[in-house]
Amino acid sequence: MSLAKTSAGTPARVGIVIVSHSPDVARGTADMVRQMVGTEVPLAWCGGNPDGGLGTSVEKIIAAIDAAWSEAGVAILVDLGGAETNSEMAIELLPEERQERTVLVNAPLVEGAIMAATEAWGGGSLDDVRRTAEELAPR
Amino acid sequence: MTDLPGHMAVALGADDIETLFGAMARTIIAHAEELTALDQAIGDGDHGVNMKRGFEAVTANLPAIAAKPLPEALKAAGMELVMKVGGASGPLYGTLLMTLGKTLPAAPGRGDVAAALAAAIDAVKARGKSETGQKTMLDVLAPVQAAVARGEDLATIRAIAAEAAAATVPMRATRGRASFLGERSVGHMDPGARSSQLLVEAVCDAIGDFA
Repeated sequence: MSLAKTSAGTPARVGIVIVSHSPDVARGTADMVRQMVGTEVPLAWCGGNPDGGLGTSVEKIIAAIDAAWSEAGVAILVDLGGAETNSEMAIELLPEERQERTVLVNAPLVEGAIMAATEAWGGGSLDDVRRTAEELAPR
Repeated sequence: MTDLPGHMAVALGADDIETLFGAMARTIIAHAEELTALDQAIGDGDHGVNMKRGFEAVTANLPAIAAKPLPEALKAAGMELVMKVGGASGPLYGTLLMTLGKTLPAAPGRGDVAAALAAAIDAVKARGKSETGQKTMLDVLAPVQAAVARGEDLATIRAIAAEAAAATVPMRATRGRASFLGERSVGHMDPGARSSQLLVEAVCDAIGDFA
């Protein structure tokens, strides 16, 4: 387990980003993470297309990554196909030094977000966070 | 119908680029309801609405896009689609245009177009983790690229795009939302194949107008 240090000297926890086609699902999932894991993990959510309808928006995903940014990296949890493709695109549009510290996690959205946040809270590395959440992925 | 802008490389001017992207945007916007209807049959029902939103953004910025050299114009239009579409087709079509922009010279000849299309199709395959034969836009783009590489004329390229889109009807989807439907995806044209066909037709028409 490796703990990246922030400039303040406290260990940086991996940030979690929740991306759903539905703003309600994204916010609800974030609410569950907050209630079950607390507020010490950097967390951001986004949902909805650029018009606010169902869908995902690359611009909103980039903003959510910025909001949850941590020196330890950011793990993104998504619901369906378009959210995954748009998140991959968003990662590629990040500044280069952030790209390698941002990962897309292949796990069910709600359970994965809670597992990822729990691992992040415990000080797990970006790799630990991803692996723990991906244990939930159907095989 | 004339040939592609010749075997001779000719730089496209701002008017040409405006014609090109204007034609693409008009056809997508005009067919938005049809694309959405196709997507309601086997997808998540938003392809037309999404593509319309993306191409409306391209239209809104058309003068600025057309003022750039062709490679930069393609990248700028692709970025509009990435940012504004709101579905998986945004990154897919955005990647297509942005890769064309990265690969094409400012004054492309036919060989350049064939090579750039091949590179763009590879980028779309990587973005969508897809191959031809899975009932997607690739099933139109790949035969169109082959036709361009063979040196077919514009009328033939249009016909090949139409045949390729129609050929997705009996296919079973194995990628994208339609793949959730399994056998039930058979019997419907793929909406991404149809939007690709529309864009190919628009490009052929615009190129016909240049000559």
